[in-house]
Formats: sequence, C-alpha cells, structure tokens
Amino acid sequence: MALPPYATPGQRIWHYLYLTVCTLVLFFLVSPLIVVIPLSFNSTPFLHFTPEMLTLDPNGYSTLWYKSLFGMCDAEGASLWTSCTDKWKVGAFNSFKIAIMSTVLATTLGTLAALGLSRAHLPFRRTIMGLMISPLIVPLIITASGMFFFFAKVNLVATLPGIVLAHTILGLPFVVITVTSTLVGFDNTLMKAAANLGGTPTYNFFKIQMPLTAPGVISGALFAFITSFDEIVLILFIGGPAQHTLPRQMWSGIREEISPTILAAATILVLLSIGLLTTIELLRRRNERLRGISPA
Amino acid sequence: MPTSPAKPGGPLLTADGTPLKTSLERSLKLSKLRALGLIFPPLLFLLILFVIPIGSLLTRSIDDSLSNKVLPKTLAAFERWDKTSEPDESMFEAVYLDMKAADKLDLSKLGTRMNYEKSGWRSLIKITTRGLKRIDGPPYKPAMLHLNKRWGDIEFWQSLGAMKDPVTLGYYLKAVDLKYDGNKDIMKVNKHNRIYRMLWWRTFLVSMIVTIGCLILAYPVAHLLATLPLRLSNLLMICVLMPFWTSLLVRIVSWMVMLQQNGVVNDSLVSLGVLDDGNRLPMMYNFTGTVIVMTQILLPFMILPIYSVMKTIPPSYMKAAQNLGATPARAFIRVYMPQTIPGIGAGCLLVFIVAIGYYITPELVGGKDGRLIGNLIAHHMQNSLNWGLASAMGTILLVAILTLYWVYDKLVGVDNMKMG
Repeated sequence: MALPPYATPGQRIWHYLYLTVCTLVLFFLVSPLIVVIPLSFNSTPFLHFTPEMLTLDPNGYSTLWYKSLFGMCDAEGASLWTSCTDKWKVGAFNSFKIAIMSTVLATTLGTLAALGLSRAHLPFRRTIMGLMISPLIVPLIITASGMFFFFAKVNLVATLPGIVLAHTILGLPFVVITVTSTLVGFDNTLMKAAANLGGTPTYNFFKIQMPLTAPGVISGALFAFITSFDEIVLILFIGGPAQHTLPRQMWSGIREEISPTILAAATILVLLSIGLLTTIELLRRRNERLRGISPA
Repeated sequence: MPTSPAKPGGPLLTADGTPLKTSLERSLKLSKLRALGLIFPPLLFLLILFVIPIGSLLTRSIDDSLSNKVLPKTLAAFERWDKTSEPDESMFEAVYLDMKAADKLDLSKLGTRMNYEKSGWRSLIKITTRGLKRIDGPPYKPAMLHLNKRWGDIEFWQSLGAMKDPVTLGYYLKAVDLKYDGNKDIMKVNKHNRIYRMLWWRTFLVSMIVTIGCLILAYPVAHLLATLPLRLSNLLMICVLMPFWTSLLVRIVSWMVMLQQNGVVNDSLVSLGVLDDGNRLPMMYNFTGTVIVMTQILLPFMILPIYSVMKTIPPSYMKAAQNLGATPARAFIRVYMPQTIPGIGAGCLLVFIVAIGYYITPELVGGKDGRLIGNLIAHHMQNSLNWGLASAMGTILLVAILTLYWVYDKLVGVDNMKMG
C-alpha cells in the first residue's frame, strides 16, 4: 500500500492522515489491554502509574498482587493492603470445571448438528440453522431471564448442572458455525473413494472425515470454552454461591473494591487469550493447508 | 443376466425390479431421515433449554391470573358494581371471604401485584391479612374500614378493573409509560413516573452512536487490512482479534484504569498540560464512558465483515476508474465505496443488534445516566422482582432484535456469519 512516486502533496497528506487514523484506531483497540499488564505489577494499591513506576524504579514494582491472587497471604507485605482470600483460586477452579463440562457437551451436540446441517437433504435447513445460531443473537439478559424462570420450575437454579447446561446453549452456535464451515469445504468424493476402496462408513468417518474436520471442531470447542469461561450474566442470574466462577469474582471485585489484584487476574486472562488466539490461528492455517488452500 | 429387463415403454426399473422412481424416493427419504436423526438431539436440547425458557418469558409478560385465582368473588362483585357509587357490603364480604380462603404467600404476591396498579395496595393487603382474624362475622364493611380507612377510598376499588382479566397487556403498557385506568382505558402515567420511554430512547441513541462510531473507526482499518500484504495484515489482524478474545470483564477493568479520574488518560492529559489538574474529564460512570467502552468492545464486529467484503474487491477496479479519468477521491467514492455497502450493512446491523441488548458494560461503567434498557430488565428481575414487567421489556427488546436479525439474514444470510 505504498504511495506512487507521482502522488501530489495533497495525496501525500491524505495518505499519511489515513495511516495515522488507522494506527490510532488499532491503538484504541489494544492499548487498554496493554496498560493493564505493567499496572498489575504495581507495588501500591493504586490503579495508576506512580512516579516510581514511571522512572522505572524497581521499588515501584512488585508481584504482591499476584501473590494475593493466588491466596498466598503469608507473603511479606501482602497483609498490608490485600484481603486474604482464596476466592480467586476457587473461582478459577469452578470456571475451568464448568467450562470444560459445557465445552464437551456443546462440542458433541454442535458437531452432530453441523453434520446434520451439511447433509444434502435436510428439510427446513434454513430455519434449523437460524434456530441453532439464535442463542448468539438473543441478548444474554433475555436468555438469562427466560432461563431463570424455566430453571426455577425444574429446580436447576443455583446448581452445577443448571449452569453447565446454560453455558452449553451459549457455546453451541459457535461449534455449529465453525464445524459447518469446515464441512462445507470438505470434499465428499474422498468419502466415496474411501467407500469404493472398501472402508465401512464408520471406519471412513473416523479415518477420513474426522481428521479433516478436526480443526473446525477444535476451534469451535475453543470458542465454546472461552464463552463459558468468560460468561457472567447467566452466572449472576442462575448461578448460586457454589458456582462462584472467575468472572463472578471479578464482578464483585469491580463492584466492591477495585484493587490491583483484579489487574493481576486480568493480565493472566489477557495472556491466556493471546495463547488461545495463536492456537486458533495455527489451526486455521493447518486446515487451509490440509484442504490445499495455500495462504498467498 | 438382468433379473428384470425393462419393457420398452414401461417404467425404468432398478436391478431388483422396483421402479427407479420409487427407489430414488425411498433413498431420498432415508437420507432425509438420517439428516434429521443427526440434527434431532441438538435441536431437542435447544428447544427444551432455550426456546421454552424464552417462551416462558413471553407467557409471563402477559400473565395476570394471580388476581383471578386469589380474588374470584371480589372480581365478580366488582363486575356487578357500577364503578362510581360507594362500595356496598356485598363487595366487602367478597373481599373478606376471598382473603380468608387465600394462601398467605399468594396474598403477599398479590399485594405486590396490586401495588403496580395503585400504590398503597401492598400495605393495605398486608394490614388486612394481619387483621383478618379480628373480624368476626358480618357486617364486614365497618370492620374492614376500621382496619384501614383506605378500604373506603373508591380509587382502590376502581383500580381492580385493570386486574380482572387473566391476561393483561398492562406490563407492555408500563414498559412504554402507559397504564390502564379502572375502565381498562389506556392512559399515560404521571409525568414524574415516566422513565421507560426515555430509557428506550437512550438505548436506541447509545446503540446508534456506537454503531456510527464503530463504522467511522472501522472503515479505514478494514481498508488497510484488506490492502496490505497478507503477512503484515495478519499481524494487524491480531490487534483486531485480541480484544475480541479477551474477557469482557478484563476489557472493562482496563477501561476503568484508563478513563477514571486518576486514570491513565487524564494523567497523560494533565502531564502534557492539555488539562488543568482541577478539571480532569469525567469519562467514567456516565454516558460518555458507556459509549467509549462499548465502541471499543464492538469495533471488531464492524471491522471483520467490512474487511471480508473489501477483500473481495479487485484493486484493478480503482485503477480502471482512475485510468478513465476519475480522481482518486472520485474513484474511491463512486467505485470502491458502493461495493463495500454489503459489508457496511452487515457490520452496522451486527453492532446495533449486540449493542441494543448490552447489560454488563453499562452496569459497570455507565453510572446513573449511562444505564440502558438491559439494566432495567436486570433490575426488575433481581431487585424489584417485577418479573412481569421485566418479561414484557425483554419481549419488546427481543422482537426488535429478531426483526433486525431477520433483516440481517435477508441481506447477508446467517450461514455467512464468520468467526474470527
């Protein structure tokens, strides 16, 4: 996107303005996440850069808030500002537990649905697809209210199965979308060739179709996982004290007393999301490579 | 040797002798059944755990059967009454008998319900419930008036009119600042109680500002991403996707750190001398905060669809236009921009749909004047426990969103929705 040598001064100004605007917008997108990282190493309980931090004085930085995050209360100085709580640990454990369970469910159901949707002769295809994606469209507050009424009737409010089922519903559309789009690119002659060579349908499914669609399934599963891991509205509406997840802990942290402990948690989550993003990108490339679409 | 040679002029037969048409139909039917079999478990799951709950929201928004269940005699007596004269003994008797027979819990729920029509009912029902055992036989009218003189207030009796049907549109009316009077005529609520229309308007306004803001910010970035060489644009794409992938709460916390009174933005502006230390900008816990944070959160939803449309526009078009004598600006406006309209439409609809139902962000950064309709639904669900009203507001919101979703589907197709 270089400027041609014959560009007029006006075009030059316009071009650099354009690049500046783009840079600013990208900065707007990323800067809040970047700012959190150094602030989480603050040695004071303030949420802004102290003069010590700005002069890069080592005394301005500490891992105090990470210790507090992991419930290490005996750490020197920690008792000064941090309240000693293992709620973060419990929350992280619950989050992983709920996210893993609902991911397994959502991936299984979503893959089944995608397999059905990619069949040639499915009646009401459009309606079913619309229905499958609808949990993504309906605002969470409405889903949460409706589920609250329904779950109250069947005694699922404030239970682990209740929250897992609710999160499964939220994760389902992601799996359906990613797996369907992988299946659309799947070359069905491969299956026919395999059948011709004597493979049973089940054998062919596991040997041919599954490895080729696996990237789609895995990235769908990752979407489902992160959706559940990050979910707060349903937790607030239909979760109970036993479903105290990481977002729930952050929520109360933000509402009650916002301390750098939250920033420490945020930093870890930012790093986690970078890791997940990289995984998905690698999966996507692998998928393209396997299907013979080479990135230009 | 073929088992069933086709007769000339007869129907085509397959190897086992059945007509080809029947055989094909059977195999089509089987294939349909197989597809339905695959889709059945997830569909059932979705129907039970998602569609039915949303349906229960709709029924709850019009359900008003409680008053009929608890006060059948009273409402019958109300029907016989001329609505203007002093209530007579028979009406008091009906109330007494109904309340005597009613369940305690139902009565307290009913008191709350009746209070929506006229404030004062809740305490009146409570006082009467407590005093019921002190009434020993007719005449009931003086006894009940003795319990609380509000029983003599004709307005309370008249307000029963709004509750006499088992199905009501009252919650919907309330959600747009209207109400029923005693004759079930629709009227506006008192001026100082009107908040819902203002909130609907504000929700619309915020969603609109955020959508337009996202469009303005997204368009150049999408263009840059679509025109840069792939290796570089992939790198920048990570900048776009990273916020998309980070926890919502983390992003909100980051913005709190950035925008608060002593936050990074204000600190930088003060140290640069742009701002006085005394007039730091209030950018958090208000309307501005909600708009800024929502714009950043929803920006990827705008960039991605526009980017994917721009990616398909051949760069030769612009060159051709310029070759034919258009200035770069004219070529861009007349040739390039019209081709990006599908992406703009998709992005705007998507951002608007998501923005209009937002709850968490305004709740945490909105303060008082940044609260949206979603927050009020949550308030009625969790604090005031006016579930009928919450359901009605939710239903209105849902209908608005499904309409937009339908438009989106017609324009873009839900199948084309891409993730990341």
